[in-house]
Amino acid sequence: MLQFILKRLGLAVLVAFTVSFISFSLLFLSGDPAAALAGETASGEDIEAVRRLYGFDRPMLVQYAEWLTAALRGDFGESYYFRLPVSSLIAERLSVTMTLGVCGITFALLTAVPLGVVAAIRPNSLVDRIALFVSVAGQAMPSFWFGLILIVVFAIQLGWLPPSGTASWEHFIMPTIVLGYYAMPAIMRLTRAGMLDVLSSDYIRTARAKGANERRVLFRHALRNAIIPVVSLAAVQMGFMLGGSIVVESIFALHGAGYLAWESIARNDLPTVQALILIFSMFYIVFTFLADVLNAWLDPRMRTG
Amino acid sequence: MKMTVLKSTIAGMALVAATGAAWADKANDTLRVAFTKELENVDSYFNSSREGVVLQRAIWDGLIYRDPVTNEYHGNLATDWEWIDDTTIEFKLREGVKFHDGSDFTADDVVYTVNFVADEASGVKTQRNVNWMKSAEKIDDYTVRINLKAKFPAAIEFLSGPVSIYPSDYYAEAGPEGMGLKPVGTGPYKAVDVTPGQHFVLEKYDDYHDSPKGQPSIEHVDIRTIPDVNTQMAELFSGTLDLIWQVPADQAEKLAQMDQFTVSNESTMRVGYLAMDASGRSGETPFTDVRVRRAVNHAINRQELVDALLQGQSQVISTPCFPSQFGCDSDAAVSYDYDPEKAKELLAEAGYPDGFTTDFYAYRDRAYAEAIASYLNAVGIDTNFKMLQYSALRELNMKGETPISFQTWGSYSVNDASAMISQFFKHGSLDDARDDQTLEYLNIADSATDPEVRKENYSKAIERITEQAFWAPMFSYNTNYVSTKEVEYTPTADEVLRFTTMSWN
Repeated sequence: MLQFILKRLGLAVLVAFTVSFISFSLLFLSGDPAAALAGETASGEDIEAVRRLYGFDRPMLVQYAEWLTAALRGDFGESYYFRLPVSSLIAERLSVTMTLGVCGITFALLTAVPLGVVAAIRPNSLVDRIALFVSVAGQAMPSFWFGLILIVVFAIQLGWLPPSGTASWEHFIMPTIVLGYYAMPAIMRLTRAGMLDVLSSDYIRTARAKGANERRVLFRHALRNAIIPVVSLAAVQMGFMLGGSIVVESIFALHGAGYLAWESIARNDLPTVQALILIFSMFYIVFTFLADVLNAWLDPRMRTG
Repeated sequence: MKMTVLKSTIAGMALVAATGAAWADKANDTLRVAFTKELENVDSYFNSSREGVVLQRAIWDGLIYRDPVTNEYHGNLATDWEWIDDTTIEFKLREGVKFHDGSDFTADDVVYTVNFVADEASGVKTQRNVNWMKSAEKIDDYTVRINLKAKFPAAIEFLSGPVSIYPSDYYAEAGPEGMGLKPVGTGPYKAVDVTPGQHFVLEKYDDYHDSPKGQPSIEHVDIRTIPDVNTQMAELFSGTLDLIWQVPADQAEKLAQMDQFTVSNESTMRVGYLAMDASGRSGETPFTDVRVRRAVNHAINRQELVDALLQGQSQVISTPCFPSQFGCDSDAAVSYDYDPEKAKELLAEAGYPDGFTTDFYAYRDRAYAEAIASYLNAVGIDTNFKMLQYSALRELNMKGETPISFQTWGSYSVNDASAMISQFFKHGSLDDARDDQTLEYLNIADSATDPEVRKENYSKAIERITEQAFWAPMFSYNTNYVSTKEVEYTPTADEVLRFTTMSWN
C-alpha cells in the first residue's frame, strides 16, 4: 500500500512539472514578457532595457532550467510585477482562496446532499421539482451575474452585507453562496441519481425486509453507497474552486490566488504564474488522492483495488 | 464582463434601490476611494501605472511643481533653480522640510535619490523618466547640482513630474521593496498602511511644508483595489465608497442623472491613433503608398467616433501628440476631412480601385477599433481584425509585423511633445515610418535649449508626419470621476487624483 502511494505521488510530481513546462512555453507564446512587464507606458527602448535586465533575451529552455533548479530548492523567486517573494505573495492570497473554497464546498455539500436525498426518496414530488429547478438555475446562471444580483439585493437594497472586500467573516457570505451554488447542481443530481439507483437495489429490499428502520436503511445502507461518486466529484470541485474562483474573487474584490493567477498571466509575471500552476496542480492531485482514500474507507471493495 | 446590457440593468436596479443609504464617511474624516488595477509597488520608480502616479503625488514631492491648471512651474522642494550650462542645473533647496520619519530634507537626499535612480543597474522600471540624468552633486547642505547626460530641455517638466526625492538614509537601508511596503516622503500624505496591490491608507501629514500643492484637508484616505467596475458602483451606492474614477461613459451617464452623485468629466493626455507601416517593415503592404495612408485618414469620421463613443471632453486630434503639450502645434498639422469618396479616389489612384484586405490589430477599446474597421470597410479596405493582449501586440510592433494597428499613448502625463512624437519617430523599434527628414527635425527639437527653436522644429516634424500621413491621429480620451455629493473635487486634465485639493462639502 505504502509503495503504491509513493509511486502515485512520484508520478503526480512529474505530472505537475510537465504541466509547468507546458505553461512556461505557452506564456512565452502568448506575448512578449518584457513588454508586459514594462507596462503600457513603456517605449521601445524601455522594453529592451527590461529584456536585458531580466534576461528574457536568453533561450527559453535556459530560463526554464533556471526556474526549475531554484523551484526544486523551494525558491520560487521574486514576482516580476510586485518585486516581492513569490512564496509570501502566494501564501497571503492563498489563505483567502482556501477560506473561500472550504466555505464554498461545505455550503454546496450541506445543501446539495440533503436536497438530493429528499428528491430521491420522493421522486417527482414537489420537493424534487424544486430541487430540479434550483439545480437548473444554478447551472444556467453565470456566477458574475448571480454575484452582482446578490450585491444589489443584500448590500445595496437591504444593506445587510458589505459588498466587497475581506475585512470580516460577513464579507465571505455572498462569495460563499455564489461559489457554492455553482458547485451544487452537479453534486445534488449525482446524489439523487445515486440514491435512486441504490434504493431500487436488492440489498436495500433485503434490509427493509429484515425490518431495519427507514433511517438506518437510508443513511447506513443507501447513502453510504450512493455518496461514493459524490466524494470524487466534490474533490474535483474543490480543486476547481481553489484554482478557478477568478470570477467570484474579482467581483467581490477578494484578492485571492485565482485572481492573482489570472492577472499574473496578463502581466506575464512568470515566477508567480509558474508557482501558482505548480500549487494548483498539486491541489488537484492531493484532493483526488484524498477522495480515493475516503472512497476506500466508504467502500471496502475499493481497498484492495 | 463588459456587458453593457447587464451593466445597465444593474445600474437601473441600483438606481431604484439606492435611496436613503448612509453616505460619505465624512464623520470619520476618511475619504474612501477605489483603484481598479493592482498597483505593483508604491515606490514610484518601480511602477508604471496611473495608480502609482496618484500615490506618488500624495506621498512624495519633487524639486519643482507644475500647476496642473496654468501649467506654470513653481518651486517645491527647491525654491529656485538655474541652468549653469546646457547640461547642468543648480537648485537652491527649501530649508526646514522634514520627511515623514522625522529626518531633515537636505542636499544629501537629492544626491542619493538622483544617483540611485540614474544608475541603470538599480533597475528603475520607468527608465525614460530618469535616464536623462547623469548624476547629482552637493554644493552645500541646501544647494545641489544635477548633471544631465546630454542636452535635455524637457528636464524641468520631468523634475516637476515623475522625479520625487526620497530620504537618503531610509532608502539606502530599505531599498525599493522596503520603500514600497513602508513609504516615507515629504508629501502632503503619509502612508500608514500598505497591503501590496490591495489596500492603501494615507494620513494627513501635519507638518507638511508650505508647498504649491496646497495643504491637505481630509484626514484619512482609504484606497481599496476593486477590479470590477460594477462592484465599485455597488460600493458607491451602499455608501462604502466616496469616490471612483475611470468610470465608463455609459455608466457615468446614468450616475449623472442621480442626485446623490457628482459626475465630472475631464480630458486626458491619451491620444488614440492608427499606426501604418509606411516603410514596409511587414513586407509588401499597400501602406507604403502615401495615397493609401491619406485615404485611411479621409475614410474615418472622427467627429462621429467622439460624439457617439468617447463622449465627454474628448476631441478630434490631428497631431501626433496632445495639443496642450509644449511644441504640439495643431496649426502645423495637415488635417484630413471625413471624405469617403476622396478616400476611394486615392485608393484607385494608388492602384486599388477595388480596395484590398489587410490585417488590423488592436489591444484595447474593442468598440472603437471595430468602429474604425467599419469605416475602413466602407471605402474598400477589408480588415482582418485581430484583438491581442497588450504584450503580444507590442511584440509584433517591435518586430515590425503590423501593417496597420489602433494604438494609444498617454505620454505618461508629461506636457511636452517629446513625450509622444519623439518616442515613435526617431527610428526606434516602434517606428514604422523610419523617415530621415522627421528624425532630423526631432533631433534638433529634442536637444535645443531655445524654446523657439524647439517649437519651430516640432512644428516642422508635425507637418512632415501629417503631410506624409504616417499615422492617422484619431481622438483624445477622457475620464469620468464620480463622487458622492459630500466630496468637493475638481479634476485636472492630467488624470491624476489629487487628494490635497479634495475636501468635504
